[in-house]
Amino acid sequence: MAMAEKNGQGRRRSPFSSPALRLTLKTIGSILITMLGLAFVTFVIGRVMPIDPVLSIVGEQASKSTYDDAYAALGLDKPIIVQFFIYIWDVLHGDFGVSLLNARPVAEDIKRVFPATLELATLGTIMGVTLGIPLGVIAAVKRGTWIDQLARVVALVGYSMPIFWLGLMGLLVFYGILGWVGGPGRVGIFYVDMVPTVTGMILIDSALDGNWEIFKNALSHIILPASILGYYSMAYISRMTRSFMLEQMSAEYITTARVKGLPERTVIWRHAFKNIRVQLITVIALSYANLLEGSVLTEIIFSWPGIGQYITTALLSADMNAVLGGTIVVGLIFVLLNIFSDLLYRVFDPRAK
Amino acid sequence: MAEIEKQGLRAWLMTDTPTSRRHARFAALYAGWLTLKANPMAMVGLAILILLLGMAAFAPLLSPHDPFEQNLIGRLQSMGAEGHILGTDSLGRDLLSRVIYGSRITLYIVALVALIAPIVGLLVGTVAGYTGGIVDAILMRITDIFLAFPRLVLALAFVAALGAGIENAVLAISLTAWPPYARIARAETLTIRNSDYIAAVKLQGAGAFRIITKHIWPLCISSLIVRVTLDMAGVILAAAGLGFLGLGAQPPSPEWGAMISEGRRFILDSWWVATIPGLAIFTVSLGFNLLGDGLRDVLDPKDGDSA
Repeated sequence: MAMAEKNGQGRRRSPFSSPALRLTLKTIGSILITMLGLAFVTFVIGRVMPIDPVLSIVGEQASKSTYDDAYAALGLDKPIIVQFFIYIWDVLHGDFGVSLLNARPVAEDIKRVFPATLELATLGTIMGVTLGIPLGVIAAVKRGTWIDQLARVVALVGYSMPIFWLGLMGLLVFYGILGWVGGPGRVGIFYVDMVPTVTGMILIDSALDGNWEIFKNALSHIILPASILGYYSMAYISRMTRSFMLEQMSAEYITTARVKGLPERTVIWRHAFKNIRVQLITVIALSYANLLEGSVLTEIIFSWPGIGQYITTALLSADMNAVLGGTIVVGLIFVLLNIFSDLLYRVFDPRAK
Repeated sequence: MAEIEKQGLRAWLMTDTPTSRRHARFAALYAGWLTLKANPMAMVGLAILILLLGMAAFAPLLSPHDPFEQNLIGRLQSMGAEGHILGTDSLGRDLLSRVIYGSRITLYIVALVALIAPIVGLLVGTVAGYTGGIVDAILMRITDIFLAFPRLVLALAFVAALGAGIENAVLAISLTAWPPYARIARAETLTIRNSDYIAAVKLQGAGAFRIITKHIWPLCISSLIVRVTLDMAGVILAAAGLGFLGLGAQPPSPEWGAMISEGRRFILDSWWVATIPGLAIFTVSLGFNLLGDGLRDVLDPKDGDSA
């Protein structure tokens, strides 16, 4: 999406040899090289795994010839670089291969698990943004007061807490002791597969279906893991907001605005905050990317059937096609979000040109 | 040290007119220390880390029990039980002793990663920055690839490929941690590369190797140290995460992340088994974060956001 936007811009201004077009081509080139490198590293790691993928297909009792057939069928007899390019060719055609564990196409598996992660990370980011930005702005405005100190402590605790431990403690307190939230998983066991899949995100699907009972149940399950991810996102966003705001608040135009007699609220929100919006969006994009990839441990704690858990399970059972597919998808999103925030910066901040 | 001598030492350290290169260096260090000392949060962080060092060094003296000694009759005793202040785990091992011994593993991992990642980054970054051209392009492209990788997933894949264990966890974490150092070192090198004193050294006939190791590395160190301290919290969390997934230190080793994973099964009945090692991880990484924040203000005032 980011690229399409950029393309449009490049074309509108001037046809060829424009800096925008060159930048676009350069960006596309660097994405391609990065993605290829990412895939290659994963591929090589997958090939040196101590677990034999052939054995996990044919079983330990298989005869030598069965083993050899399966070995050749997986293409393992070819040189590793040839195997790699065969794989890339397939990926470009939307074929991530077949999972060794359940013999289903990996692309389908990813389509199934990815919305769960997306739902979790999106909700977490929304929480992080709605709490983190005000907290950061207030901390900057009331610099040095107890509110600033509190914001600092909140952020430091967030940076220092092991996420899986916080998840466990959350489950213990809010599920085990207080019983306020649903336990692990996305919905209660009675409700599994009850709503038709449209987006794969259960909150949206149940709302579309008008099934508010399931919606409520799903909400009670997602609220805790999302809050935990949201806390980390908030810690990061509030810190960044604070330092961006401090930079603006010491600028001369703020003094001018104050001297003009504008109310402090206008000075803060209409003048200073307006100028950090672009920087903030890049920070939010980064934090979103981090949540998407960083939800691995959270998903395991909460038995959340997302892409993090999918990759981990696949890794531990040497299901290399699944690992590769999952990593490439996560990596691609990560790279795209990074580039998106970078481009946004260039487009909206004239100083970055 | 006697009071008079201390005064003399202080004056020597506070001087505005250092008499030798070493004198100037000590004076600068002392000034930095004074700034750091004025920051109570950083001091708390330092205290936590000193405590951790002490705990690791004197583990056999401090721990009331053998951390590996099982006692199946006394399993899952709660906190404050007879002889077990923090209770026991599912095999009846004393939790306090295990947490104390676990500090050794944490320190071991942190120390190794703090050595490997910055050195690899420094090497790649300075060589890329100083050589420029195609070498720079290739090295930085590789750095970008590793930066683009989801860190935990890369570490996971790496450990899964090499086999679980502490050494491989250290390698995996270092593998994900070096790219930022390379970026920093390269940026520093680019600003230093064209300065006059490098030109002077070149005229004296120094080769690239000598220039990089003797004249560029020393100037990159301070920004790397800040980054290391701030990174260590992340390293501890990553190591704990790998341990939790069963890919780090192997049982019966008292690694904190693995202890949480053990305690997870009894979380609803015996909450302390998973809670206590988690608190230990939290405290130590908080210590590194606090100290790192303070150090950043001292060594790198332009980024400091608390000043």
